[in-house]
Amino acid sequence: MKKQFYIYKAFERFWHWTQAVLILFLATTGFEIHGTIKFFGYQNAVEYHNIAAYSFIVLIIFAIFWHFTTGEWKQYLPTLKNIKAQIDFYLFGIFRNAPHPTKRTVLSKLNPLQRLVYLGLKILVIPVIVISGLLYMYYRYPQKGGEIEVLNIASVEPIALLHTIGAFLLIAFLVAHLYLITTGTTITSNLKAMITGIEEIEEEDKEQVQGQEQEKKQGCEEKVLADDLLS
Amino acid sequence: MKKIILVLVAIGIIIISAVTFLTTRSYEPTQLMKLQEEYPKKDSSSVDHRQFAILQKKFNSPQEVTEACISCHTKRDIEVMNSNHWNWERAEYIEGKGIVYIGKKNAINNFCIGVEGNEQSCAKCHIGYGMTNQSFSYTDTKNIDCLVCHDNTETYVKGNELAGYPDPSLDLNLISQSVGKPKRSNCGVCHFFGGGGNNVKHGDLEKSMFDPSKDVDVHMAVEGVNMQCIDCHKTEKHNISGKMYSLSSMNRNRVLCEDCHTESPHKAEILNEHTVKVACQTCHIPTYAKVNATKIDWDWSTAGKLKDGKPYEEDDADGNHTYLSIKGSFHWGKNLKPEYIWFNGTADHYLLGETFKDTTEPLKINTLNGSYSDHDSKIIPVKIHRSKQPYDPVLKVLIQPKLFADKKGEGAFWQDFDWRRASIEGMKEVKVPFSGQVAFIKTEMYWPINHMVSSKEQAVQCNECHTREDSRLVNLTDFYMPARDYSSIVETTGTSIILLTILGVFIHGMVRIFSSRKMKKESK
Repeated sequence: MKKQFYIYKAFERFWHWTQAVLILFLATTGFEIHGTIKFFGYQNAVEYHNIAAYSFIVLIIFAIFWHFTTGEWKQYLPTLKNIKAQIDFYLFGIFRNAPHPTKRTVLSKLNPLQRLVYLGLKILVIPVIVISGLLYMYYRYPQKGGEIEVLNIASVEPIALLHTIGAFLLIAFLVAHLYLITTGTTITSNLKAMITGIEEIEEEDKEQVQGQEQEKKQGCEEKVLADDLLS
Repeated sequence: MKKIILVLVAIGIIIISAVTFLTTRSYEPTQLMKLQEEYPKKDSSSVDHRQFAILQKKFNSPQEVTEACISCHTKRDIEVMNSNHWNWERAEYIEGKGIVYIGKKNAINNFCIGVEGNEQSCAKCHIGYGMTNQSFSYTDTKNIDCLVCHDNTETYVKGNELAGYPDPSLDLNLISQSVGKPKRSNCGVCHFFGGGGNNVKHGDLEKSMFDPSKDVDVHMAVEGVNMQCIDCHKTEKHNISGKMYSLSSMNRNRVLCEDCHTESPHKAEILNEHTVKVACQTCHIPTYAKVNATKIDWDWSTAGKLKDGKPYEEDDADGNHTYLSIKGSFHWGKNLKPEYIWFNGTADHYLLGETFKDTTEPLKINTLNGSYSDHDSKIIPVKIHRSKQPYDPVLKVLIQPKLFADKKGEGAFWQDFDWRRASIEGMKEVKVPFSGQVAFIKTEMYWPINHMVSSKEQAVQCNECHTREDSRLVNLTDFYMPARDYSSIVETTGTSIILLTILGVFIHGMVRIFSSRKMKKESK
């Protein structure tokens, strides 16, 4: 029996799509600054890139806040459970129409590989690209006065290289990500879910039901909390 | 409801932050507007020199004019005698050499090499009278030529080979009655023609600057602000600010664009950030020698060829000499992109008699110091004049040949065309040991480009430097510049990772398509 679940919340979808647009825009302007392509004109590319970068940082701050207040951060806790099964699925099972080894639930939206990759993005690639990006914007040599003078980096080169490495990794991720969203129940089911927030999931598993109950519980708690705030 | 509010707040903040960075703050009024208001106002003289009786009595010699000037402008003669324009020499501190007196006596250039033995001709640009040879008295104040700088009739000229005396046909009374602050014509008559012809030396100072159009120089344009040389080269007690690093060595008494325009004159902050490392001229003088060509190289080694026993000349389409028997071969260039170097305001100079070791690399006549890692250095545009000039291959010194003489037989190269003889005579005169052998060495001379500033619309664009190919800064390799530079390791690895991902995705996708078709068939 299939049932519809509200799996991606409004903010989550907003965050995802804004991030998608920003990353594509940052990649275009960024690779123009890098000298790989010509599109906006150099000065425009730099200025747009900086604006998009700040928007991205604002978005990240909201996303971090959202993850911690909703407890969604737990989604990214790495697990070894099922990891072999998941790899087996992508390498073999998928071609035999085998079922996904990891059942998606509201409480556990990500399979173990997703957990690892997204965690890597969140704690490694994104911080590297954001920090190197901020240094790129603000570090001038020689830094005459200013807070980051103490860093004493003689050249923007290591900063630029780190930033470029981050960009390459993000693009590679993007390619894989765009492909892997077609590996859902149907080719477009994952995409639909990220647009509407709703995904049809086989409702057989006990875990699933449990999850659903917990979801309900959580909803109640939220309501209580909201009432508290109102009163 | 809560979610909607959250989303709206998030969108709002992102829009606000974007708008804040998008809108460029408008300054009122800008520094540029203030300057544009200030400089077109020309002050007029407070006295009328025509009414002074002393300037109405008949002058028998130019020295009498000078005496008349000094009788009112007392002590100005002392100021002039302390100036470089008078002494042709200044004390400079050079790293590694200490304090040295650099001037026409010991400096060498890679054009006509030096003035020694050729004072009569060269004195056309000295602000004194009677400089016939090295024994010229630098202490007789009557010999100061006030008029060459202060004549406002634009008629005063020094005679050819008259040791600095004016053309005898001039009416000195008329000229002395219309003196005033120096104009472009006063400075240009010497500074535009250095090296024996228009624009030979500087490249950015030449006769089109007498009355330049806006395309040539945005500051001096007649139809614009119409600035005179001394508007920037501000002068106190005849000490003129600004100097040329063909002779100067120290970072002092300079004229900088920033003096008026400040270090952050742009609306776009991204441009202001460049001023830490990039001089204004680098972007704002995209080309020099905009109207008339400048000499870019000079090969002395081909000099001395004769046709039917006589010296001859060859010219290019613009009428510039490309060969002269007395001087060798030249190349000229017009509308040139400058070359770029790091410069911290200090320079070193090759001085007469100094020995050098390396004869394979071009010898730098003047070395402009600077590097990326030096905090005080900025990128500046330069004209590099390249030459091949005579040197002593045994003692490893540059040769100062005797070039000029009235007649044959005195050993002057321009009469006798004998390098050995001219070198013996020339080196004897400057008292530098000479082995008797003559060879030729490549030399370079660096001329900072500071004039012929273009309007901001014509300034160098970002991607003329920030580009993989043909960057203007291709020769400055001691720093990382976005767009021009990259790490080939990062580039190759990054590209391979992306390509491998695409390949992996493609293969995986193909296998999926085939296997699903196969399964469909089987299920049928």
